[in-house]
Amino acid sequence: MTSALINVPKKAKRGDIIEIKTLMSHIMETGYRHTATGEMVPRDIITSFTFRYNGIEIFRADLFPAIAANPFISFFTVATESGKFEFEWIGDRGFAETASASISVE
Amino acid sequence: MRKQQKSTRRQFLGLAGGAAVLGTVPIVTLRPAEATPATLTAAIRAVAGEAAVRTGKVKLDVPPLVENGNTVPMTVSVSSPMTADDHVKSIHVFNEKNPQPNVGNFHLGPHAGRAQISTRIRLADSQRIVAIARLSDDSFWSATVDVVVTLAACTEEVI
Repeated sequence: MTSALINVPKKAKRGDIIEIKTLMSHIMETGYRHTATGEMVPRDIITSFTFRYNGIEIFRADLFPAIAANPFISFFTVATESGKFEFEWIGDRGFAETASASISVE
Repeated sequence: MRKQQKSTRRQFLGLAGGAAVLGTVPIVTLRPAEATPATLTAAIRAVAGEAAVRTGKVKLDVPPLVENGNTVPMTVSVSSPMTADDHVKSIHVFNEKNPQPNVGNFHLGPHAGRAQISTRIRLADSQRIVAIARLSDDSFWSATVDVVVTLAACTEEVI
């Protein structure tokens, strides 16, 4: 089961500014909710998202409980060369997911 | 008959909810119920230090009236040429009344091309959202938006 959705252009011209959209399936439990019996539901969120372009970190986000469930993050980068995009999500309770995509730059 | 059942169920849920609220009162009093303007200021100071935070350059797009606080689309953009000499280092988003003041920190660089990020956030109440951008010259710029929320998020009961 792939829990990540990535939307990136497959091709771009050199120097183009491209938008990258990501969605990761995750409950993002805030740690501030309680059950009907009064027990607090422990926090379970994604705390960090990193985007690398050919191994170089371009974008990083620190997430907090105020980010909605199934975190959607979109941002931009400059298409400099053909290669690989790598995405990494890290969270509570040992949550770690990666995804990748490739782009050809003319 | 059907109507009778419905109202009984509602009464039961109301009682159960009330009991749950009573049961958690000691826990609630032990932790801050919400981020206050003071914690908002403290969170901003934790990022900006003693530097002056000026208004401008940052554009914060959040709908002014939100029906469901569980998922609120938000876009922050900063007017910047995004060159090696003049770019946005990071964007920080804060709120006033969620249980904690931070929403997210977004670290960019000259390779971003455009200083703009979008995500979806949670809002526990009608409140003020603040976005702060740190530029490459270590100046800080901000934008503030007031949002009205009709259905709150974050602290509701798990059913």
